[in-house]
Amino acid sequence: MYKVVIGLEVHCEVKTNSKNFSSAKNAYSEYPNEYVDTTDLGLPGILPVANREAFRKSLMMSLALHCKTPDIVMFDRKNYYYPDLPKGYQITQETKPVGKDGYVMINVDGVDKKVLINNIHLEEDTASLDHFGDYSLIDYNRAGVPLLETVTEPCMYSVKEALAFLETLKGIFLYTDVSEARVDRGQIRCDVNVSLMDENSTELGTKVEMKNINSFNNVKLAIETEIERQTEILNNGGKVLQETRRFSEEDLKTYPMRSKVDAIDYKYYIEPNIPPIKIEDSWIEEIKKDIPMLPFERVEKYMNVYGLSRYDSDIIVKDKKVSDYFEETISLGTNPKSSANWLTSIILGYLNKNELSIDDLYLTPQMLHELIKMIDDGEISSKQSKEVFIKCIEEKINPKDVVKSLGITQITDDKTIRDIVVRVLDSHPDLIEDHRKGKNTFDFFVGQVMKETRGKANPSITASIIKDEIDKR
Amino acid sequence: METIMDLRKSLDDKKVTSEELFKKSNTLAHKYQEEYNSFVTIIDDYKHVNSNSLIDGIPFAIKDNFSTKGILTTASSNILKDYVPVYDATAYKKLIESGGVLVGKTVLDELAMGGTGTTGHTGIVKNPWDKSRQIGGSSAGSASSVALGIVPFSIGSDTGDSIRKPASFGGIVGFKPTYGRISRYGLFAFASSLDHVGCFTRCVRDAAIVTDILKGKDERDMTSLPDENINYVDLLDNDIKGKKLFYIKELTDLNLYKDSGSETIEVLNKFKETIEKLKSIGFIIEEVSFDEKLLKAIYPAYMTISCAEATSNNSNLTGIPFGPRGEGDNINDIMFDARTKGFSELIKRRFILGSYILQRENQERLFKNAQRLRRIIVDKTNELFKTYDAMILPAGGGIAPKFDSEIDRMSPRYLMLENHLVIANFGGFPSITIPSGFVNNMPIAINITGRQFEDGLVLNIANKIEEQLGYKGIIKEEYDV
Repeated sequence: MYKVVIGLEVHCEVKTNSKNFSSAKNAYSEYPNEYVDTTDLGLPGILPVANREAFRKSLMMSLALHCKTPDIVMFDRKNYYYPDLPKGYQITQETKPVGKDGYVMINVDGVDKKVLINNIHLEEDTASLDHFGDYSLIDYNRAGVPLLETVTEPCMYSVKEALAFLETLKGIFLYTDVSEARVDRGQIRCDVNVSLMDENSTELGTKVEMKNINSFNNVKLAIETEIERQTEILNNGGKVLQETRRFSEEDLKTYPMRSKVDAIDYKYYIEPNIPPIKIEDSWIEEIKKDIPMLPFERVEKYMNVYGLSRYDSDIIVKDKKVSDYFEETISLGTNPKSSANWLTSIILGYLNKNELSIDDLYLTPQMLHELIKMIDDGEISSKQSKEVFIKCIEEKINPKDVVKSLGITQITDDKTIRDIVVRVLDSHPDLIEDHRKGKNTFDFFVGQVMKETRGKANPSITASIIKDEIDKR
Repeated sequence: METIMDLRKSLDDKKVTSEELFKKSNTLAHKYQEEYNSFVTIIDDYKHVNSNSLIDGIPFAIKDNFSTKGILTTASSNILKDYVPVYDATAYKKLIESGGVLVGKTVLDELAMGGTGTTGHTGIVKNPWDKSRQIGGSSAGSASSVALGIVPFSIGSDTGDSIRKPASFGGIVGFKPTYGRISRYGLFAFASSLDHVGCFTRCVRDAAIVTDILKGKDERDMTSLPDENINYVDLLDNDIKGKKLFYIKELTDLNLYKDSGSETIEVLNKFKETIEKLKSIGFIIEEVSFDEKLLKAIYPAYMTISCAEATSNNSNLTGIPFGPRGEGDNINDIMFDARTKGFSELIKRRFILGSYILQRENQERLFKNAQRLRRIIVDKTNELFKTYDAMILPAGGGIAPKFDSEIDRMSPRYLMLENHLVIANFGGFPSITIPSGFVNNMPIAINITGRQFEDGLVLNIANKIEEQLGYKGIIKEEYDV
């Protein structure tokens, strides 16, 4: 048996107003070449002007990944020729990346694991090429967009771990607002390294790299495909070649692109047009303050402090806005478990069904707090609360007002309920007999009481009064 | 010959109009074009933006490696022979906004690489003092257009000595200020860490005037220096008594040149005469020793760094986003073909060298070592600048070379004397070359290089020297119209 070893290089576009080294807008457009300036085209005489916000966000990501930050801002040139690279070099970071030697905590099947980060560096995206029959077109909208590359150590040992890492990383991007990390817009892309080693060995096997994989599902498929291919080679006594392969999602195979001997020498050297700028400690401290509590830590807190299940915690932290909503509700004094139940079972269900975001929800944390309080106080039943919820968000009315307008406050008064119960029991002596013989007629009595009160009778009070009245007879 | 200030007075006194000046320049440009080949493009339409600057209404020329919106800009290379930029270089824009009137885009050595003025795609540029001689390069046409009296000033770029050397061969002033003093935005990059924008003028005062207009922080060039609240023109007449200058023994000691040609000997003799003259007006001038090994390393270190940076900087010239599209079956062949056809052999040689130098296995030994040498040379110079206000040296070891001469110019000693101007590019020092006399009826020059950021002091010293030497505004008689 072989053990798989996986390393990932994740490219993620940074959310900024303008591009990394030009003043062109950093935005997605369906129209090619809409957001382009002279710098993005690599016209003669252009100079890069580093985007402070892109660098700040990169530092924030670096700190969120527990990386060591550099003392100065510095960029390098990576030289190679390709039509999607207008300058003939990419401005990137080789000498002083924005982060080094960090880690990310992930959780796989309830077990925590540390994924080591080799480095994280800021660079610029290339143009995108659209290939047609016998020609290709270049769209420079993407050229120069700030791109943050996170490079892990080869330290993941299963597809599950790799995917958990990707989801965790994406979560951090979203929580820190460094990127929108939208897979459908190609904002997050992966290079995947896979090697197999003998189960009893400590020596890494030969790695194969697969470049530019555009979705998490394809990462999964590419790794599985490659494990299969390499296993077969090794089982047949062969040797895996160190090479770069292309994963094809059409036939679920990987194809050779270039071998190690053809590896490109990128001739890195320091970008001379960006003077080294000192990174002040005060800047780092400022950025640290802007990092919110991240998903991994929130899950821990929800489980350990609030007593939620991992399942519910995971669901809540998946979207920072939902998690913030949850925390705000709790901060008003609402029971965490009730809040979590509301969120996971009712609110998210409603949002998903109607394809809405929590931002679109009329029900504020304050309103949810009041709604839950009405249930806890026995003012409304939990069944009624769902009606109140729907009416509240669809008609944009405060839950308290909904309850008033519907007149659906609960009947908890003993005498009122008892009078009705007595009347119901009096008209069905046969069913009381049946009940005594062991037949289930109890629910019928409850139903009758509910019918008479149009569902306003408190169910538990009703049940205990019915029991009490039957026992009396 | 008329300087900017002379023309300013004529314009202000309404003795001449800006348009008349332009017409005169335009006529001369055409008249001398076939013979001297100063221009890639001569502008025939008078265009003027009103301003109250000193250069308002005054014609100028600019090297054809500055991006000029709507005006052909070739860098004297076939790969850009039809390239019309869509934006203006900052330096050009400032001149136009200050009322300067463009007369033409001048010929350079292809992509500003080279020092002969013979490698531009539209042919060689000749020296106005002697047509059988080079004007030097790479800012060849910018030098010749001023030396011919076509324009009172022109703009060039200087990576090794590309302004100051042709200025010395043409009997005019060539100044490159501190690195970053003038924005490089829109200057086609050769070697970014060494590239400077500067000017050719007929006198030091004009160089100060033009630099005052060009200097300043540019948001588009991160290496540009912050604005200062001074005008260099205002510093020109400061008293220089007691200012300390040094010259380098290993470059100027006659005893070291026993085997050299008479021209070099004469240049050095004249230099010593100049030194004596300057001492007489209050300069303190001393001879210092500078490690010969370092002096010998200047040229190879320069070539190593500049070729490396040039390879990368010119990687945008693939014929893909712009420029002549190459032929081929695949994208690599298409780019390969465009570059094969677009560059001359000399350029390809530099690119191959640069590429070799940057290769992973060679970087440490070649590129990094060259950078270390650069640092050591700059440190040594800065140390001397602690004691001295500036360095004074002959601009080179001879007069403008003949087109067919290759003789004894490669001797190590000669190479040292011929390439020390690069020190100013290594350190980003302000550096000016001014005429200092004649040898064999050809102009020779001295160079003054000062501390980083002290452009005003260098211009001040140069102005006082110019006053004393009396070669201000020299021009060959037949061109003095």
